[in-house]
Amino acid sequence: MSLALDLFSFATIGLGVFFFIAGTVGLLRFPDTLTRLHALTKADNLGIGLIVIGLLPRADGLAALKLICVWGLILLASSTVSQLVGRAARHEETGE
Amino acid sequence: MNPANLGLALDFGLSTLALGIAIYAIAVRTTYAAVVSFVAYGLLLALVWIRLAAPDVALTEAAIGGGLTGVLLLGAAARLRVTEAGVEKERPGRVLRALAALLAAAVTAALIAALLALPTPAPTLAYEAAAGAPATGVGNAVTATLMAFRATDTFLEKVVLLLALLGVWSLARDDRWGGRPGLRHQADPKGVLVFLARLLPPIGIVFGVYLLWVGADEPGGAFAGGTVIAAMWLLAIMAKLADTPPIAHRGVRLLLVAGPAVFLLVGLGGLAFGAAFLSYPESIAKPLIIGIEIAMTITIAVTLGLLVSGAPERVDR
Repeated sequence: MSLALDLFSFATIGLGVFFFIAGTVGLLRFPDTLTRLHALTKADNLGIGLIVIGLLPRADGLAALKLICVWGLILLASSTVSQLVGRAARHEETGE
Repeated sequence: MNPANLGLALDFGLSTLALGIAIYAIAVRTTYAAVVSFVAYGLLLALVWIRLAAPDVALTEAAIGGGLTGVLLLGAAARLRVTEAGVEKERPGRVLRALAALLAAAVTAALIAALLALPTPAPTLAYEAAAGAPATGVGNAVTATLMAFRATDTFLEKVVLLLALLGVWSLARDDRWGGRPGLRHQADPKGVLVFLARLLPPIGIVFGVYLLWVGADEPGGAFAGGTVIAAMWLLAIMAKLADTPPIAHRGVRLLLVAGPAVFLLVGLGGLAFGAAFLSYPESIAKPLIIGIEIAMTITIAVTLGLLVSGAPERVDR
């Protein structure tokens, strides 16, 4: 059972780290603000989400609840900031 | 790889990154980029404090160094943008720059020498503080140190915070004195910022109070809690859901002095009935400390919010 849990955590956290690296590569390589934002949301949403899922079986009740709260708050903050940055970028490009 | 090596690799990566960003923040030419790297530096420093097993300092560093100072500096950068092009042309002379570099290098060398000259183990009062903490009824040795063993320092720090706010206010034009700090923020009433400013404060305020409450026994405390609450207030102000109060408002002034006043009263009580200024009777030490911390949290939240908002600029007519 614990081996299965370890494998599960290993797989999900590994996948989460992969999305973080992919997001970072995108942030460095993509040509403009909107596509770079697109790359960042992969790291923010999938990366953090998978890492939290991987950590959940290892945390006791209250710590698990805190992990889920952290995940939710990061989702809220990153989606809001993406919207604001995207809007500011469009503002700058079109000069509206 | 064994865990100790892994930890060492993490520490090495973290310090290299922190140093790199610190150098970038100084070397970069535009104010905005410097401020953004300073914020990233603050967050990295918080991680460094975590690695040094100092979560209390890490919380404060993340909230102040990464958060509120960042907002303060971003506001300053926005105001400086007009004059930045002119300043860019004026560079100090070669001699002055060489002298500045020499001074900075000398200070760094002196700090390194002082650090290397420390005996091993380094002199510390940490064990005494941890051993004495139970007498205050407070489980977190950091809170016990801040609120009991060196309470006078903490009290004076809060007064300094008030003086800093007075310094910011004194930049106001004479005819704006007593008005509302900062320019009125512009926000799309149906925009995403307003949505966040409606959704987040209930969570943030509960979290701020939680940090204050848990600070007695776990990492946290008045400063971290007050900063989180101040951030929620500033979010509402930026989304135009709230406005900064006029600084002549009596209630605002009362909130600003509430924390130091309660601290001072408790201190004088100690002088009158106890052994010395700020000495707490052991039986009611914890309620006294928590009482001071609650008053301090409110004052810190209002002070930091107003500090970031700036000098009064609008007078209601």
